[in-house]
Amino acid sequence: MDENEKIIVKMSNIHKSFPGVKALKGVDLVINKGEVHGLIGENGAGKSTLIKILMGAHGNFDEGDIYIEGERVEIKNPIQAEKHGLAAVYQDINLAEKLTVGENFFLGEIPLNKWGAVDWKRIYSETEKVLNDLDLNIDPKSPVNRLSTAEQAMILIAKIIHRESKVIIFDEPTALITKEETEQIFTLIRKLKEKDVGIIYISHRMEEIFTICDVVTVLKDGETVNRLPVSETDQKSIVAMMVGNSVDELYHMSERSLGKTVLEVKNLTRENSFFDVNLQLREGEALGFYGLVGSGMESVAKSLFGGEEYSSGEIFINNEKVNIKTPIDGIKNNICFLPEDRKSDGLAIKLDVTTNINLASYDNITTGGIINTTKENKNAVEFIEKLRIKTPSAKQRVKNLSGGNQQKVVFAKWLCGNSKIFIFDEPTVGVDVGARHEIYKIIEQILENGNSVILVSSYLPEIIGLTNRAMVFYEGECMDCIPKKEYGEEKFLNLASGVKG
Amino acid sequence: MTVKNSEKLEGNKVSVFFKKLNFTTPTVGVLALILVVFFVFLTIATDKFLSVNNLANLLRQTSIVGIIAVGMTFVIISSGIDLSVGSVLALGGIVGAMIMRDGYPIPLAILAAIAVGIVVGLVNGVIINDLKVTPFIATLGMMYIVRALVMLITNASYISPLPKSFIHFCAETFLYIPTLTLIWVFVVIIASLVIKYTRLGRNVFAIGCNTECARLSGISIRKNTYLVYIIVSALASFAGVLTAGRLATGLPMAGNGYELQVIAAVVVGGGSLEGGEGTIVGTLLGALLIATIQNGGNLLGVNPHILNIIIGALIVISVYIDGLNKQKR
Repeated sequence: MDENEKIIVKMSNIHKSFPGVKALKGVDLVINKGEVHGLIGENGAGKSTLIKILMGAHGNFDEGDIYIEGERVEIKNPIQAEKHGLAAVYQDINLAEKLTVGENFFLGEIPLNKWGAVDWKRIYSETEKVLNDLDLNIDPKSPVNRLSTAEQAMILIAKIIHRESKVIIFDEPTALITKEETEQIFTLIRKLKEKDVGIIYISHRMEEIFTICDVVTVLKDGETVNRLPVSETDQKSIVAMMVGNSVDELYHMSERSLGKTVLEVKNLTRENSFFDVNLQLREGEALGFYGLVGSGMESVAKSLFGGEEYSSGEIFINNEKVNIKTPIDGIKNNICFLPEDRKSDGLAIKLDVTTNINLASYDNITTGGIINTTKENKNAVEFIEKLRIKTPSAKQRVKNLSGGNQQKVVFAKWLCGNSKIFIFDEPTVGVDVGARHEIYKIIEQILENGNSVILVSSYLPEIIGLTNRAMVFYEGECMDCIPKKEYGEEKFLNLASGVKG
Repeated sequence: MTVKNSEKLEGNKVSVFFKKLNFTTPTVGVLALILVVFFVFLTIATDKFLSVNNLANLLRQTSIVGIIAVGMTFVIISSGIDLSVGSVLALGGIVGAMIMRDGYPIPLAILAAIAVGIVVGLVNGVIINDLKVTPFIATLGMMYIVRALVMLITNASYISPLPKSFIHFCAETFLYIPTLTLIWVFVVIIASLVIKYTRLGRNVFAIGCNTECARLSGISIRKNTYLVYIIVSALASFAGVLTAGRLATGLPMAGNGYELQVIAAVVVGGGSLEGGEGTIVGTLLGALLIATIQNGGNLLGVNPHILNIIIGALIVISVYIDGLNKQKR
């Protein structure tokens, strides 16, 4: 077979920009038949944009061509992508949970018998055959929600294999499952490989890349850095490629002197989530939590506030042991938590800006159950000005504000109260560059006022630029707590992917 | 510019038509306008509509449903629902009636009825918040249970006699306005103030919009859930005592099917079953509008089944228009 015949997918010189940001600046990706191709890069390097373009999820891109088996194709929507034999397994498992494995297999194309009724025999016998072919010991009649996460992922993969796709994309398939289960998925991938399927494998976990991939393409800032066989490289060189030499315009906070210890945590544990977490936080200090998907750092942060319950361990505020089981306890101890998902957890978007800003502080402006509306409006006006929230009026519904301004409303809600310890969970996700800097300034202001911050982020420049110390999490454990002097991107990435030293 | 506008007006022809009409939600203004139109029309079309007797009768009938609908507005704003109010009305009615019949003071009878309502509301709250049963199912169950309790307590027979003074009070008018209506207006004013100026008001909206956000903002979901179901049940059992007074007996089948009339009033008044939306005044107007259509229809000699079709259509259309406005906003 000559070189060109082996190529199954070729994306060349792909450009894509979003308002305010160029996500891809001429990326090339070449996938061969029967090859497992690792696609790696930091968050924001352009991996998901590239995959979404291939799967037709973005519709249009600015420049570039896609070829499938040598033919130039147009992929404008997911249906076209499927017609060209492309399939993807995403992180979140999309199955009809209450239906059986067999029903899920045939969802949308349920076979009928000659009487026009559902042909259950065929559904279950065919499903069983596919599962047997893949050596999966799963009952086709079992409802999906009785299976483990890994089994569900396997069903999803089996379903896609059943469709006989030419190329299958795995987007962090192991993020939510254990190591043993990961091995099962790898076995499946190897089987696909034997069938000459081209595979794109996206993962943050270096050891997985080196176990399963034949070739890797490294992306950085929307450009292809390198494409090379795995056998010719090692983990550290790949991390170096991901990081590159360009230190982009990081935000650097000025030095501050730190006060007394305000928060101390001993052996905090939540079953199946995180284990034996210890930490200290001082006045004016910003502590970073860094980790990848599934590291458990968000659960740690949420438990400190009472948003989730921890199962054992102790929390001390100003050297006094406290019991934090609900958000009400957290607020009483002057802790606040700004969730990652603004729309689903942080804002009542149907309500107006005023109500949202005051939502956590009504206790302070209420006497005998009656709200002092003068103070309520004053609070709103004050924080709209202070944080420069762009809104036509304080009575505007939050729904109508832009992402950055919505995030500022969440900030205002907690600044408005008496909070002393601010826990930020991914504060700049989905926020454009300009607003991002404003958010950093607000965080800096909070610290200058003698308050403390825990910054949970998987965006490394943010951790490096803003924090005094950073804890790196991997699979529910704190790998190390790095002081600012020793910060280095490679160190963070290695620890976060489970590589010591 | 014209091209852009026509792009915005996607959808089928009917929805385009309604979008062009440019309603602002079937809010207070629109409802009040429709109500005025109906009043004027019925005054001209019938001789009896604008008579003291007819209007007093209309108001008296609406007041009972209207009082419960005030409580239901709280429940629906918090994204819940209460199907047990009709049964609770009967329970409150017979408890109040029995106490009055046995010669105890009237205020005691009213307080006892309200206390019974509070207990039922609390049980609803516990089932919904602590046992995590969806409000629809929890209160559907309560609807059967409470009605059965009423039957057991009364042996399915009515309770009388009630004190003359109470019967008179419930039939009385003051400045041509029935006392029951004055009570309703009083409840509406208090509830409007609660919605606007208290913690409870803000909490109910926040929970209805986004429960997780409310929880993470330190709002007690438990306390507020208990409260809204207690409020609606207390008002329902209070309305039950008033119903007994109006009918001069405590009827075990009183309030049968009221839950749907009450919910209809809230929904026509702009309340959204998704939660986070609704006003007390809107509910008041919703209840009045439905009652006016019924009353006017009867006076015009419209077939009562046709009237029900009109009311059914009104409910669906008001939610449909509300949905269109949400798309636009």
